[in-house]
Amino acid sequence: MISSARPSLETAWKPGASWEVLRLRAELLARIRAFFAARFVLEVETPVLSRAGITDPQLLSLSTRLQLPGAAASQVLYLQTSPEFAMKRLLASGSGPIYQIARVFRDGESGRLHNPEFTLIEWYQPDHDHHALMDEAESLVADLIDLGPCQRMSYAEAFLTHAGFDPHREEPCKLALHAERLGLHLGGNGMHDPNIYLDLILSHAVAPRIKEGEPCFIYDYPISQAALARIRDDDPPVAERFELFVDGIELASGYHELADPIEQRRRFQADLERRRRLGAPEIPMDERLLDALARGLPACAGCALGFDRLVMLAAGVRDIQDVLAFPVIVA
Amino acid sequence: MTTYNTNQFKTGLKVMLDGSPCAIVENEFVKPGKGQAFNRVKIRNLKTGRVIERTFKSGDTLEGADVVDREMQYLYSDGEYWHFMDAASFEQLSASETTMADARQWLKGQESCVVTLWNGEPLSVAPPNFVILEITETDPGIRGDTATGGTKPATLETGAVVKVPLFVEVHELIKIDTRTGAYVARAKE
Repeated sequence: MISSARPSLETAWKPGASWEVLRLRAELLARIRAFFAARFVLEVETPVLSRAGITDPQLLSLSTRLQLPGAAASQVLYLQTSPEFAMKRLLASGSGPIYQIARVFRDGESGRLHNPEFTLIEWYQPDHDHHALMDEAESLVADLIDLGPCQRMSYAEAFLTHAGFDPHREEPCKLALHAERLGLHLGGNGMHDPNIYLDLILSHAVAPRIKEGEPCFIYDYPISQAALARIRDDDPPVAERFELFVDGIELASGYHELADPIEQRRRFQADLERRRRLGAPEIPMDERLLDALARGLPACAGCALGFDRLVMLAAGVRDIQDVLAFPVIVA
Repeated sequence: MTTYNTNQFKTGLKVMLDGSPCAIVENEFVKPGKGQAFNRVKIRNLKTGRVIERTFKSGDTLEGADVVDREMQYLYSDGEYWHFMDAASFEQLSASETTMADARQWLKGQESCVVTLWNGEPLSVAPPNFVILEITETDPGIRGDTATGGTKPATLETGAVVKVPLFVEVHELIKIDTRTGAYVARAKE
């Protein structure tokens, strides 16, 4: 069975995780705070609720309504899917290195590795690029769990090694054939966006094969998956992003952060255009982030680490429900 | 017919895939942090019993399959078909050798089975989890040998051949787990 047995009505009041695991959670949080304190990274807190949301069509925000006293009508506020935009506003106002232990929310995400409400450890280091931040992420994780030395592979190397083709140069129409060759049969009808095949092959073929080896950072993604990362004008150009895979689990994700407000606005608009095509909900782009970028975001790299997954690795459990006091089904 | 989207996928759901009725055996939500969400599904073809793996993009749909399980009593076989009766309505239906598959080697009559119907036609038959059958042929027993853990083949009254402990004798009744085909214990009747 994939997921744990559902609790019966009589026991649903009890925690999903054991006390041993809940104590481990607390200990890991304390060690994370000690790690950043020793490096003079400032702990910050930013709001969970925001007027703007994430435009990325693959991330769905939960929302709520706020009625302010004296206001004619209530307004929609979005629950953060990550604290990134608010933390960049702090960086632009001169914070220096900062980190946050943030509760984040993603609609529609639930499974062995997903709970719709979860904890991210997110931090930003001025004057770091994504390689320097990979070094720091590796030190942090090695401080918390028994982690062997991490491999580093570019996205292209990872695909060439584990999937047998060059993801940057392959013709889009061949991606479906590569997926089939790797035993990945995509159900449903019609043609799919090339990125869907790249995501399919990365998550179903490349990541599981990395599992057999050491933990691994994959970096320099296709520019079609740049998200909020800088694009480096190589041949081919790549997005300066990384992801850390441990035991086949995507544990952390980082960017050499995009700081150009014009490029950022263009990406927001492209996201909103894709949302319209997909029939995904419209969401207001974060103008305050764009204002902050216009004032100047220091060159920096940022990383978000899934704390619940880290606890899973530390505790040696297979289901995220086993590390949460109250997983969503009994929340 | 109902259609189900990936959000409604769960273990046991009966759906049509490539023109065959199937049951979802395992459903895992897989999503890269920044990327497309998928449902990785293990799915059993209810005609062939084969389990295959398919991945669906979130939001994809499958048509539901009109598959129901019905508890029915096994009556007899005419050699070509195996006949079953609904003990409440007395309605009868018959299943072919292909439909019966392994189930037939455990049935002698009167057993309560689960007959799976697709659009009203038998698709598969599940015998009771445990059956008690007589041994019709086996090597002579080694009296008192309950310790060595050795086994020997034994033919049962239905024709099935199972492995039994050395001390078991011909004409004895034994209890079999039909899911594994394993000997469980000697039985009184």
